[in-house]
Amino acid sequence: MLTFNQNGIYCAQADVYIDPWKPVDNAIITHAHSDHARWGMKKYLAHIHAAPVMRYRLGQDIEVQTADYNEPVTINGVKISLHPAGHIWGSAQVRLEYKGEIWVVSGDYKLGEDGISVPFEPMRCHHFITESTFGLPVYNFPDPATVHHDINDWWRKNREEGKNSVILGYALGKAQRTHKHLDPSIGNIYTHGAVDNINKLYEAAIEPLPVARRIDSSINPKDIKGDIIIAPPSAENTPWLRKLQPYKLGICSGWMQLRGTRRRRGADRGFVLSDHADWGQLNTAIKETGAEHIYVTHGYKSVYAKWLQDAYGLNATEVETLYTGEQLDEPETTGGEDAGI
Amino acid sequence: MRAFSELFTHIDQTTSTNEKIDALADYFEHADPRDAIWCVALLTGKTPRRTIKSGELRDWCAETSGTPVWLLEESYHVVGDLAETISLLLKGSDGETSHTLHEVINSLIALENKTDDQRKAYITGMWRQLSQQELFVFNKLITGGFRMGVSDKITIKALAKRYSIDENIVAHRLTGNWQANETLLDTLMSATHDAADISRPYPFYLAYALETAPEELGDVKDWQIERKMDGIRGQIIVRDHQLFVWSRGEDLLTEKFIEFEPLAKLLPSGTVIDGEIIPAKDENFLPFHVMQTRIGRKNVTKKSLTEAPLVMVCYDLLEHDGVDIRHLSLMQRRELLVQLIETVKEKEANIPLWLSPVLICQNWEEVAAQRLKSREYNCEGLMLKRKDSEYKTGRRRGDWWKWKVDPLSIDGVLIYGQRGHGRRADLYTDFTFAVWDGDELVPFAKAYSGLTDKELLEVDRWIKKHTTDKFGPVRSVTPELVFEIGFEGINASSRHKSGVALRFPRILRWRKDKPAKEANTKADLIDILHVYGGL
Ligand SMILES: [Zn+2]
Ligand SMILES: [Zn+2]
Repeated sequence: MLTFNQNGIYCAQADVYIDPWKPVDNAIITHAHSDHARWGMKKYLAHIHAAPVMRYRLGQDIEVQTADYNEPVTINGVKISLHPAGHIWGSAQVRLEYKGEIWVVSGDYKLGEDGISVPFEPMRCHHFITESTFGLPVYNFPDPATVHHDINDWWRKNREEGKNSVILGYALGKAQRTHKHLDPSIGNIYTHGAVDNINKLYEAAIEPLPVARRIDSSINPKDIKGDIIIAPPSAENTPWLRKLQPYKLGICSGWMQLRGTRRRRGADRGFVLSDHADWGQLNTAIKETGAEHIYVTHGYKSVYAKWLQDAYGLNATEVETLYTGEQLDEPETTGGEDAGI
Repeated sequence: MRAFSELFTHIDQTTSTNEKIDALADYFEHADPRDAIWCVALLTGKTPRRTIKSGELRDWCAETSGTPVWLLEESYHVVGDLAETISLLLKGSDGETSHTLHEVINSLIALENKTDDQRKAYITGMWRQLSQQELFVFNKLITGGFRMGVSDKITIKALAKRYSIDENIVAHRLTGNWQANETLLDTLMSATHDAADISRPYPFYLAYALETAPEELGDVKDWQIERKMDGIRGQIIVRDHQLFVWSRGEDLLTEKFIEFEPLAKLLPSGTVIDGEIIPAKDENFLPFHVMQTRIGRKNVTKKSLTEAPLVMVCYDLLEHDGVDIRHLSLMQRRELLVQLIETVKEKEANIPLWLSPVLICQNWEEVAAQRLKSREYNCEGLMLKRKDSEYKTGRRRGDWWKWKVDPLSIDGVLIYGQRGHGRRADLYTDFTFAVWDGDELVPFAKAYSGLTDKELLEVDRWIKKHTTDKFGPVRSVTPELVFEIGFEGINASSRHKSGVALRFPRILRWRKDKPAKEANTKADLIDILHVYGGL
C-alpha cells in the first residue's frame, strides 16, 4: 500500500504522503521536528498538539487539519489514524488500513514515560516503518528518572560553586522534558528565547511548566547566579552564552552514551537522555507489532536491518530517507524566532 | 576498584584541570597505598604487560552478552574503543564487590601462565560481578592505554599538592625504573628514594613551536641557535661506572645502542647528557628511517652497525660530577659540556659523542637563512634557546622554541573516508588522498589531523552525501574535494601504488578554490622524491 519515492513515503490509494521532504498536495505529519514536518505542502494532517508548533514554525497560513489519537479519518477507502509515539508531545505513529492490510509509519519514537508526551502505544500491523537512530546494542539508556535526578544534583553542585548550569537540548521536546523535571527549590530557571517560544505553545496546549524567565533585554545577565538555563544546541559558542559565565555546560542526548562523543563535544557533563528508542526498546517495539515486513529508516539502517533478519527472521529492508534523526552538532532549524538578547 | 572507578568517573566528568588535580590528590591521600602507586603507574604509562588478546575479549564478550560477532564489530567501529564497547554490551551488576585495584591488576598479570579455560573463567567471572562503572575500568586495565584524560603535568601537580613538594622534584622522582608492585607512593615520593636508583634520568625539557616572528624574541645575541635533529631524543647516564641510555619515551634502551658501551669507562661517573641519537656516517647524518629498522629488531646485526652506526649529538649537560646542574644557565652548562667532551676526546678520539653545533648568526635574517638549509642537513628546523635559561621540566613556553621548516606539500583529492576512533567515532575523519596518474587517481597518503572541528563536521556531512560505495567502515566518495597535504619526508616505496611513502602526512588546508582536476599528479610526487627523498 505504501511506497517510497523521491518525495517521501507515499500511499497511492489515498494520495497522501507521510512526512514528505518535497512539496506535495497532501501530507500527514508524524511530529513537528523540522526534518519530519517540512515547509511547502498544500494540506497537512497532524496531531492536535503538533499543529500549533507547525503553524509557529512553518507559518500561520498553512492549512492543517488536526486529529486526536485513535480518531480515524477515511480517505478513498483507506482508514488512517494517529497513535501515540512517545517521542515528543504531539508525536504520532500513522496507521493506515486498506482491505485488511495494515501499515504503521512510526516516525520517531521511544518507549516509556517522559512526563510530557503520551507514552508509545504498540500497534499490531503487517508492515512497520521504524527509525534506527540508536540501532546498535551499545545504546542501552539509563532510567530517565535517575538522569533527571543527576541533572538536579549537578545543578545544586554548580550553584554551590557559584556557577550557572547551562543545559543544551532540542527546543522542541527535550527542552520541555528537562524543564518539567527540574527542582525549582534549587534556584531560578531561565530559558533561551527559542526554548521559551516553544514552552509557551506547550503551556497553552498541555499544562504549565515550572516557573521560568526568558532571557531577554530586560534581564541583566549579571543577576543570573547559580541558576539553570535551558538553551538549544545552536546557542553553544555564541556571545549570548558567554554572557552567562561562569557556567558549566551539560548536554542532554542519547549520543552522550559514548565517551568519545561526550569528550569531543567538550561539555562538562553529558546526560544520557534520549527521545529516541534505544536498542532494547527498538527490538521490543518491533516484536510487539507482529509485523513481517520492517522498513528501517534514518540511523544505523543497514546494521539494524541485518540484525532483524538474522535474529528474528523478519523481512527487513533499509530505506533511504531525508530524515536526519537526532543530530548532535547541527543546529536545529527553529524558524527564525527571536533568540533573545 | 570502586574508589578508583569513582575517581575515573569524576575526572571523566569534568573539563576543569583544577578539579582533576583535586580529585587525584584526594585519591592519593585516601586510597589503599598499594592502589595509589598503581594509579600513578597507569597515569604515567607504566601499564602492566597485556595478557589477554583482543580476539579473546571479543569472543568471550559475544558469548557472554549474546551479541553476534559481526554486530560486535559494527558496534566497535562506532564506539572506537574495545574496552568501552564491551562494557556497554555487558550489563553491569548491581551487587557490591570488594576487589582492590592492585589485586585485580596482579590477577591480570598472573593470567599469563594460566590455561585458556582459567583465563576465560576469570575474565567472564569478573564481568558478571562488576558494576557498569567498574566494567569499563576493568576492561581498560586489560586492553591498556589507560590515560583517563590526565596528562603527566596534571599527575605531577596532583602529587606535588598531595606531598607538598616542588613539581620539578616530583617529576624527577617519577622517572626511572620503579615498579608499582615493589614500592609504595610514599616511598617513591620521599627523599631517600632519590639516591636509590642510579639509572634515573631527568625529565626532558621540551620546546613549543615558535608562534611569533623570531624578531619578537628580542636580540639574537641572547639566543643560542642549534639545528633540530631528527632522531631519538635521549639521555646518556653514567653513574657508578655503569651506562644507561634512555629515550624520551622513557624506555631504557641501553642494550639497543651498543655503540655507547665504551662510554661507561670514558665518561666520569655522575654524568648525564641530553642529546639526539642519530645514525651518522663519515661526518654526515643519515635519514631517520635508517635507524628505525634497527630499533625494531631484537638484536643489533653487524650489518646495521656498519651501515647505520649511531652517535649522540649532545645538546646539554644535566649532571656534572654527580651534581644536578639544571639550575645553571645554558651558557654555563654548555661550557661544562664542551670541556667534558674535549677531555674525553683526548682519551679516545673516536667516541660516538658529537657536540651539537651552535650556529653563529648576527641577526634574525641569518637565522632564517639557516633554517631554510635544514633539509640539506636532514634536520627538521632550528632550536632557539635563551642563553640564560635553566633546564626546565616538560613542555614550557618562553625560553626554548623550535622553529621548524615548513613541511613539503602537495594537493590531493579526497577519495575515501573512514570513521574515526575514540572521540571522533561517529564522524568520518580518517581520509585517503590521491593524485592523478593520467585519468586515474592513485592513493598516496592517509591523513586525519589538520582540519578544524567545524571543517571536520562539514567534510563528514559531505562524505555522507557523496558516498559511492561502502566497505566496512570505509566509504568511497565522488572525487571532488581537494586538500593540501603537508609531510615531513618522502621515500621511494614499492609497496605503495604511488611509488612513494610520506612521513607524517597531515592536512594543511582545504583547497576550496581548486577543482579536483587541478590536484597534483604522480609525476609531481616523483619530482619531490628526487629532490628530497632520503638516500
Ligand atoms: Zn524527531
Ligand atoms: Zn526523525
